[in-house]
Amino acid sequence: MLAYVIRRLAYGFVTVLGVLLLLFVLFFLYATPVEMARRAVGEKAPPEVLQQWVANHGYDKPRLWNAESPSDTLLFEHFRRMLTFDFGRSDADDTPIVDHLRQRVGPSLVLTIPLFVIGLGVSISASLFVAYFRETYIDRTGVVLAVLGMSISILLYIIGGQYLIGKLLRWFPISGFDPAPAMIARFMALPLLIGLFSGLGESVRFYRTVFIEETSRDYVRTARAKGCGDGRIMARHVLRNAMIPILTRVVVAIPFLFIGSLLLESFFGIPGLGSMTVDAIHGNDFAVLRVMVFIGALFFILGQIATDVSYTLADPRVRLE
Amino acid sequence: MELHVVQNLMILLLVAGALGALRAARRSDLWRKAGRELLRRRPVALGIVGLFVAFALLESISWIGGAGAEGGDQLALHEPRSVIDRLFPADFKERSYSAPFAGAEFYGGAALRYPGRHVLGTDILGRDVLHLTLKGARVALLIGGLTSLIAIPLALLLGISAGYYGGRIDDAVFFVISVLASIPSLLLLIALIMALGRGPVQVCVAMGVTSWVGLSRMVRGETFKLRELDYVQAARALGVSEFRIIRRHILPNLMHLVVITFVLMFSGLVLSEAILAWLGIGIDGSWGQMIDQARDELSRDPIIWWNLAAASAALFGLILAVNFLGDAVRDILDPRTTWETR
Repeated sequence: MLAYVIRRLAYGFVTVLGVLLLLFVLFFLYATPVEMARRAVGEKAPPEVLQQWVANHGYDKPRLWNAESPSDTLLFEHFRRMLTFDFGRSDADDTPIVDHLRQRVGPSLVLTIPLFVIGLGVSISASLFVAYFRETYIDRTGVVLAVLGMSISILLYIIGGQYLIGKLLRWFPISGFDPAPAMIARFMALPLLIGLFSGLGESVRFYRTVFIEETSRDYVRTARAKGCGDGRIMARHVLRNAMIPILTRVVVAIPFLFIGSLLLESFFGIPGLGSMTVDAIHGNDFAVLRVMVFIGALFFILGQIATDVSYTLADPRVRLE
Repeated sequence: MELHVVQNLMILLLVAGALGALRAARRSDLWRKAGRELLRRRPVALGIVGLFVAFALLESISWIGGAGAEGGDQLALHEPRSVIDRLFPADFKERSYSAPFAGAEFYGGAALRYPGRHVLGTDILGRDVLHLTLKGARVALLIGGLTSLIAIPLALLLGISAGYYGGRIDDAVFFVISVLASIPSLLLLIALIMALGRGPVQVCVAMGVTSWVGLSRMVRGETFKLRELDYVQAARALGVSEFRIIRRHILPNLMHLVVITFVLMFSGLVLSEAILAWLGIGIDGSWGQMIDQARDELSRDPIIWWNLAAASAALFGLILAVNFLGDAVRDILDPRTTWETR
C-alpha cells in the first residue's frame, strides 16, 4: 500500500512536470513575452514600451538556453518558481499572486463546499428514488427531466434564476458578498440554489445508471429472496455496492472545490478564485492563468491518488499493489 | 481566391465526405440496421437535428450579387451573402430595439423601416433577431463539427498506435493523455485559447486538443483487447501487413465508439462554447454570444426578452435533440448496455 502510494506520487510528480512543460510551450514559446506585452500594453505600442514591459516583468531572459549561466533562463525560472510555490507577481497589477490566492480561497470555499455536499446528497437520493421505481412512469419522467435539465446552458440557469428569484420574487439579493456570518447565508443562497439545479440533471442520470446496473446483480435477487424490503435493499445493499463508481466521481471533485466556480462567482460578485481567473482572462494576466492551471492540475492529481486509496476503504476486495 | 469561395468549396467537400461515409455505412449490414433502428426510435430528434444542419448549410453557401437584394443599399450588393441572408431583405435593419411584430421602436417609438416584419424583434443594433438566430446554427455546427474533425483523427491515431504497438509508444501516449487529463478542462481550454489567440479556428483547435483525450483512452483500451483476438492473430500469422490489419480488423471494430463519442461530445462542446462566449473568448455570432449580450437586457425596464429567448430556445432545441439522439445511439450501438437495461 505505502509502496503503491509512493509510486503513484512519483508518477504524479512526472505528470506535474509535463503540465509545467505544456504551460511553458504555450505561454513562453508559442505566445512569446513580446506578444504577451503587446496584448497587455496595446497593439500599437512602440517597441521600446514593449521591451520595458518585458523587462519589468522579468521575462527578458533567454528562453531556453543561456551559455553563461545555464540556470538563468525562463525555462528554468518557470519550473523553479512553480515547484517551490513562489508564484511571483501578477502581470496585470504587479501584486504578489500568493496574496490573492490566500485572500480569495475563503469565499470560494464558502460557496463550493455547501454546493458540493448538498448537491451530492440531493442527487444521490433523487437517483436512488428514481432507480427504486425503475421501469415505471416515475423513472421515465425522471430520466426525461434529467435530460431536459442537462440540455439547458448554465448561462440560462444563472440569468433566469437571477431574474426569477432575485428580481421578480425578491427572495434573495441578486448578487454581492459580505463576509459577516449573519449576511453570508443570504448572499450565498441564490448561487447555491442555481448551482444545485444546473448540475442536478447530469448527476442524477449518472447515478441512476450506476444504481440500475447494481440492482440487476445476483446479490439483490438473493436479498429479495430472503425477504429484505425494497427500501432496505436500495439503502443498505445497492448504495454500498455502488460506492466505487460514486467515489470515482466524488473524490476527484473535492480538490476542485478550491478552484471555485468561474461562472457562479463572477455572476454573483463573489470575490473568490473563480472570479480571479475570469479577471485574469479579461486582463490578459498570463501569470495568474499559469498559476491557476498549475494548481488545478496539482489538485486533480492528488485527488486521483486519494480516489484510489479510498477504494480500499470502501471495498475490502480492492488491493493496491 | 476569395474567402467565401474557399468556404463554399470546403462545405461542398464536407458534404461529399459525409455522403461518402453514409454510402460506406450502408454497405454494412450492422450500420444499416442501426440507422433504421435510430430512425424508428427517434424520428423527431433526427428531424430537428436535420433542420439545424440544413440551416447551417444554407448559411455556409454564399455568393456576391444576384437576386434577393431587393431595395438594398449599394454596399450590401458587393458583399457575399448566404442563402439565409437572401431570405431577408438586404438592409433589413432598424436603428435600435424593437419588439416582435412591432410597428415602432421599443424606446422612443419612432417608426420602423419594416414595420411588423421582424418576427422576433431586433437587437440593440437594430439587427433582426430571427436572422441572427438562424445564422447561429452554422456556428454551433462548426463548433461541434470542426472540433470533431480535429479530435477524432487525433484520438484514433494515438489511441490505436498506443494500444496496438504497446511499449514505448504506449508509455509516451499515456503520458500525454495523463498530462492533458490532469488539467481541469475549462482551465485548459481557457489557457489554450489565451495562448493561441481568439478566433473561430483557434477555439475549435483548443476544444479539439481538450476533447480527444477521453476517446483516445477508450480506443487504446479497446485496441488492446482486439489485437489479442484470434482473427487478428491469424491475420498476423499469415503475414498481413500491420497497416492492413489495423484498417481491416481494428478500425471497423472501433467505429461504434467513435460514433457514440461524437454524438455525446457534440452537446458538451456547444455548451462549453456558450461559457467561452460569456468569458469573451468565444466565436462571433454564436448563440452563446447572443445570450451574453442579452445578459443586461433583463434588468432594463420594461425588459427585453426576445434576444435571450430566441438564442436560448435555439441552443436548447439543438442540445436536447442531440442528447436524445446520443442516448439512442449508445443503446443501439453498444450491445453491452442494451442487455443490461432491457
